[in-house]
Amino acid sequence: DSDPVGFDSLDLNERRGRSTDAELDRRDGTRTSEALTPAAAARDEFQEELVIRPLHSGDIYASFQFRTLWDTDFLQEGQKVSHYRLFPKSLGQVLSKFSVRELHISFTQGFWRTMQWGQPFIPSPPGAELWVWFHDTVSDVDGNWKELTNVLSGIFCASLNFIDLTNTVQPSASFKPLGLGNATDHRFLRYATLPREIVCTENLTPWKKLLPCGSKAGLAVLLKSEKLFHSSFHSQAVHIRPVCQDEQCTSKAWELRQTLNVVFDLYTAGQGKKEWSLFKMFSRTLTEACPLATSSKVYVDITDNPELFELSPATPLLSQAVVLGDRRTYSVYDLSRAETFGQLRSLNLLLRWKGDGEMLRPLLHAERYVAGFGLQTGEIHTVIYNNHPYRAFPVLLMDSVPWYLQLYIHTLTVTSKSRDNKPSYIHYQPAKDRHRPHLLEMLIQLPPHSMTEVTVQFERALLKWTEYTPDPNHGFYVGSSVVSALVPSMVAMNTNFTQDQPLFSSFVPVKEESSYFVRVYTEPLLVNLPTPDFSMPYNVICLTCTVVAVGYGSFYNLLTRTFQVDEPSLPLAKRLANLIRRIRGVPLLT
Amino acid sequence: MDYYNLLTTCAFIHLLVSIPYAYSNYVENKAGQFFSSGHTNNWAVLVCTSRFWFNYRHVANTLSVYRSVKRLGIPDSHIVLMLADDMACNYRNPKPATVFSHKNMELNVYGDDVEVDYRGYEVTVENFLRVLTGRLPPSTPRSKRLLSDDRSNILIYLTGHGGNGFLKFQDSEEISNMELADAFEQMWQKRRYNELLFIIDTCQGASMYERFYSPNLMALASSQVGEDSLSHQPDLAIGVHLMDKYTFYLLEFLEEVHPASQANMNDLFKVCPQSQCVSTPGHRTDLFQRNPGSVLITDFFGSVRKVEITKDTINLTSSLKPLIQRSGSGDMQIESLTYVDQLPVAEIIHQKPKQKDWHPPDGFILGLWTLILLVFFQTYGIKHLKHIF
Repeated sequence: DSDPVGFDSLDLNERRGRSTDAELDRRDGTRTSEALTPAAAARDEFQEELVIRPLHSGDIYASFQFRTLWDTDFLQEGQKVSHYRLFPKSLGQVLSKFSVRELHISFTQGFWRTMQWGQPFIPSPPGAELWVWFHDTVSDVDGNWKELTNVLSGIFCASLNFIDLTNTVQPSASFKPLGLGNATDHRFLRYATLPREIVCTENLTPWKKLLPCGSKAGLAVLLKSEKLFHSSFHSQAVHIRPVCQDEQCTSKAWELRQTLNVVFDLYTAGQGKKEWSLFKMFSRTLTEACPLATSSKVYVDITDNPELFELSPATPLLSQAVVLGDRRTYSVYDLSRAETFGQLRSLNLLLRWKGDGEMLRPLLHAERYVAGFGLQTGEIHTVIYNNHPYRAFPVLLMDSVPWYLQLYIHTLTVTSKSRDNKPSYIHYQPAKDRHRPHLLEMLIQLPPHSMTEVTVQFERALLKWTEYTPDPNHGFYVGSSVVSALVPSMVAMNTNFTQDQPLFSSFVPVKEESSYFVRVYTEPLLVNLPTPDFSMPYNVICLTCTVVAVGYGSFYNLLTRTFQVDEPSLPLAKRLANLIRRIRGVPLLT
Repeated sequence: MDYYNLLTTCAFIHLLVSIPYAYSNYVENKAGQFFSSGHTNNWAVLVCTSRFWFNYRHVANTLSVYRSVKRLGIPDSHIVLMLADDMACNYRNPKPATVFSHKNMELNVYGDDVEVDYRGYEVTVENFLRVLTGRLPPSTPRSKRLLSDDRSNILIYLTGHGGNGFLKFQDSEEISNMELADAFEQMWQKRRYNELLFIIDTCQGASMYERFYSPNLMALASSQVGEDSLSHQPDLAIGVHLMDKYTFYLLEFLEEVHPASQANMNDLFKVCPQSQCVSTPGHRTDLFQRNPGSVLITDFFGSVRKVEITKDTINLTSSLKPLIQRSGSGDMQIESLTYVDQLPVAEIIHQKPKQKDWHPPDGFILGLWTLILLVFFQTYGIKHLKHIF
């Protein structure tokens, strides 16, 4: 019942596969027969889910995840993948052409407020962020990176072509691959952010077109741009990586995850009333699941129920998941079952707040700001908070600063609890003017219940007049710092990989039970560089021409002009009389 | 009687025969008219050159032409849309993801399905001229290219702030009418267009088409040299002027046009007379070979699909090879793959930073100099020490 469209094409696939497989069987009987059964021939599957988490401040957080799992090998020599079903062809061609092992791209509008909203399921910095692991068979990583950014800028209608060597870094310890693999040579990793990048409907439109059902069926009907961009935080991302195909993990499959996180504000979208429904958030309700999806579910976080809010319509399905170090309970609405939609054949969840509550303080939190005055020097302060009462844990701080803020690394200080805290690992790559940005990575041990401050002084460079943007008085952006940490977890994390885990808890692979991996992004900085007055040439020309015309002109006239006395003109009678007198030769009248 | 019957039957048969003949004649005429313009595909290049929130109306101008052009059939792949600033998701916009053209928020020209090819800082004079002439770097994606050929009709729409002979791009550079004329000449010599319609809505817009000299160009402008183009009406909720007068009336005119419409260029020249527009719109048709009265609006704003009907069957041979599904290697690969450790602390601490240049080991130079001094004193004796220090 859930796969009417796909099954027909599956049959065709299978039939074609069977006939040619039979031929190959005759030729060299080494073919395995696993490709012939329908279960194995279903090479790609699609799952969608929506998680709604009400926040204590009255806002509401909705996280969409669409996952396509495809059992194929793009990078196999001599074989060109030419039949795409659920996996989008544009991304598949990008992966095979540029030998990409992992690709993560996100577009974010707004800043995630960790202290008010907790930790997000998938963190992302403001603007656009792109990080890619290439395969180790690539010989020219920089060339591939440049072409990849251009192709992606065409696919997502974003100006990713502004990513070049002046804002790309190769982190040596952060951003380890999130997928399968063992070799992690950081020469094949590239990371870049564009903090100034705008996200609007033109980025959402191609993103929606990558989904198998588009925006016509399933959870994607809720993605209306007029509501999504009227929010405090909007982030859409695409993550592609190789994952385990099954629990034994003997073979790889490609996973494409499209995630969309949005936080609706109580006052702008909610009109001040602490009551949310799907219709109020998205101006649509759910009517059916995507026919191509094997599972389509809505999870609502009811851990704080019933003291904090009430949820209707009620559902008997409950699920517990350990995510972000905490055990949470979820109400599950399974859209593939017809009774979820009820009499009206549409699902509109309603959440009504009943009381106020206190949110658990997040264990890790970071801030960043610029100190100092004037347009010559300044100081970057990064503050990292460890709110755990008794455990210390290490964090990896990565800073990528553009070349026009010249850092003085000898002034770098790391202090915790007003004492010096020496990092156990520092990797610093200085900038080259107009070629390379600064990269600073440090592994810092955070003492329990403390605030750690990292400060470094910098000097602002004077750019050439052609390097300024058309609106230089707005300022120049410095990308967010990334803080990666293994935070101690309050509840034992699940290290087993099972197929029916909800998507939001299976994004980051869990290696040990006692801690979970989290990535926190700080604010981007906006600094003013010494800006010349661009109207100066025009003003100078006007002033100079005026001075030259008035001053030199008068002087020239004084030197070269001769004065002649001018006779006043006589009336007509006297002129006639003068004429007669001239004939006579007698002196003239005056 | 017989003769009379014969005559009537003859007349009847004659009539029967001539009606389909007349009808096929009519169809042929219609078909002939359909293909008489000589173009087979349509492209549009729509550019807004102004930055900052108070230039909202220029973005709304461009988006309303985009909307009309899409509605009349030109697909997104044939439209190059360049917007110099983002108004829809600007923090000052009280209704995000919308750009309105009529006050009281009647018509959202931004829509749900927009694809902007060049945005923000990418809209520069250089990029505009590169798009027109086709001289783009090899890694430029297809959606950012103008892939027209010699049978393409192109619509070019520019709006922004301009003056006598120039158009300002993003408050920092300008394009002159001579550069534009030369770009069109390059396009003509490279056979990049069949016919081109150029519309400009700026102050003193007519100065921009004064210098054109390539054939098959038709141009319209919203005001003459020495006149300013004015904006239409502000919306008090959004706080800025929403549209320019000329494009507002152009949008109203285009809303009446549908893909099968027979409206021609003479109707377009009559859009926004001086009584409505305050400025005098101008046009230029001397370089255009056909009579403007015979040029349909849909020749430029709509999209022509040339359809060839064939009665032969074509065999599609399937050259697809099925993917070899782990052929044979499934038996060998029994070791399980693992995920990478996200923060391998021990590994990071012991990671030695790779040095790019080779430096001699520490103390080497010192040791070398000690060796040299030792050898020296060994051979020549200690009395030379005072010459060193």
